[in-house]
Amino acid sequence: MNKRLSQKIFFTLFRLISLMIVIVLFSILGFIIFNGAKSISWHFLTQMPTDGMTKGGIFPAIVGTLILVLGSMIFAFPVGVAAAIYMNEYVKEGPVKRFMRLMTSNLAGVPSIVFGLFGMALFVNQLHFGDSIIAGSLTLGLLALPVVIRTTEEALKQVDDSFRLASIGLGATKLQTIGKVTLPIAFPNIITGLILSIGRVSGETAPILFTVAAYFLPKLPHSIFDQVMALPYHLYVIATSGTNITESRPIAYGTALVLISIVLICNITASVIRNVLGKRNK
Amino acid sequence: MTPKIETKNLQLYYGAHHALKGIDFSANANTVTALIGPSGCGKSTFLRCFNRMNDLIDGCDVEGQILIDGMNINDRYLNVDELRKKVGMVFQKPNPFPKSIFENVAYGLRINGINEKKILEEKVEKALKQAALWEEVKDNLKKSAMSISGGQQQRLCIARALAVEPSLVLMDEPTSALDPISTSKVEELIYQLKEKYTILIVTHNMQQAARVSDKTAFFYIGEMIEYNDTTEIFTNPKIERTQNYITGRFG
Ligand SMILES: Nc1ncnc2c1ncn2[C@@H]1O[C@H](COP(=O)(O)OP(=O)(O)O)[C@@H](O)[C@H]1O
Ligand SMILES: [Mg+2]
Repeated sequence: MNKRLSQKIFFTLFRLISLMIVIVLFSILGFIIFNGAKSISWHFLTQMPTDGMTKGGIFPAIVGTLILVLGSMIFAFPVGVAAAIYMNEYVKEGPVKRFMRLMTSNLAGVPSIVFGLFGMALFVNQLHFGDSIIAGSLTLGLLALPVVIRTTEEALKQVDDSFRLASIGLGATKLQTIGKVTLPIAFPNIITGLILSIGRVSGETAPILFTVAAYFLPKLPHSIFDQVMALPYHLYVIATSGTNITESRPIAYGTALVLISIVLICNITASVIRNVLGKRNK
Repeated sequence: MTPKIETKNLQLYYGAHHALKGIDFSANANTVTALIGPSGCGKSTFLRCFNRMNDLIDGCDVEGQILIDGMNINDRYLNVDELRKKVGMVFQKPNPFPKSIFENVAYGLRINGINEKKILEEKVEKALKQAALWEEVKDNLKKSAMSISGGQQQRLCIARALAVEPSLVLMDEPTSALDPISTSKVEELIYQLKEKYTILIVTHNMQQAARVSDKTAFFYIGEMIEYNDTTEIFTNPKIERTQNYITGRFG
């Protein structure tokens, strides 16, 4: 067959496939927006659920998800960044580093329900936190850890060595170099990783299932040892086992829309930050 | 007079690779010494001995004495961070930090714990003047260092190195990434700097070595083949290999 023709066929095929991905994404979005938009109102976003979760709002679930995201990041961000700094700036290439890399990627591959089970065994039972914000946050934090480590490591790797050498050459210690040169340069990409993992964490159901999520709790928490509702679990509940599934369907779609909006906003913010801060470094 | 810098039977190994073979070298204060020789002969390696940057390379092993002002710096117990504050380095490719022009020059000072605005401003201005960059950037000190030209960036890197007032400055092919006009500016600068500093400069450019240096050392596969006054090396080399190199008969 003619080379140019076969090129053409293949590129057309690739283009169609890429187009299909876009179509799938927009169909999902369109479907959720179409079904969920009618439910969205100020009332919906700020009120407690009522009438067996068939009426009212999803306020406690929104607050719960935000708290869990914040809590998981307070844990995962410093720990993940520190681990990545250690791996990228201190450990020399060799078996130790390879082993740590392998462990990190294995951790990333652990199914989220297993994290949930582990979180329940360790935080809820062993450490006696009970079903609580702290147990859920730590479990979600563990889940986010490999993502934070990997994106931070990538970000650090992209920092040109010539900057490190310049700093060391001026008499800066390794720690000063990391704090004053390497981290500031890597910062936009590290933040991008952080926000992407926020998107990931906010949508997870399995890790919070046994560690924090409340089926129905129409009030806000008072301490980190309280339970909270959370958007993904609330969605699961009213879509599968609520008191009246058909009647709460609009609320389910509204919840899905809020959840997907949070994730999308995170992703868009991440790319904006990367572009804006990234340019400043050029 | 004690020489400013000296090496005695300096041996350097990268693992099994013997990269510097028994170098005996010395240079007086306030002189410029050019290091020439074909690629891979060990010029950069030799330069990095004086601020112990070879420490950062895995499997690099240095034997023999390296003296600065009569003190052996090839000592396990030496504080290398302090050493590097006294020995400035300028790299082949300009590598300013993605910070403002001011913050680039102030970096080494801040590392030293100097944070008082007035002192910083004074020292930054002084360093930029020494690097012959002040007039061009004095109104734009807040501008990103990434936005100025390559030649200006290299002079900024020189200013950054000078700001901490080192006594020895190491330059590894500082003009190889620059255009001819920037190159001649940097050369002029080097010539003026020797009033205050001792300078070691690696260069591939024979004319540059002849123009800026007092003494020239010719390296070949890890050995210092010939070391003499620059005029002697270029007009009357004692060793045939040196002559072949400077006349361009091999590369
Ligand atoms: N980091 C390193 N690890 C191993 N070998 C190196 C390293 N740097 C340089 N070498 C080797 O040491 C020799 C001298 O290199 P270098 O000092 O860079 O030469 P020059 O600057 O004269 O071109 C070369 O053979 C080079 O391959
Ligand atoms: Mg070199």
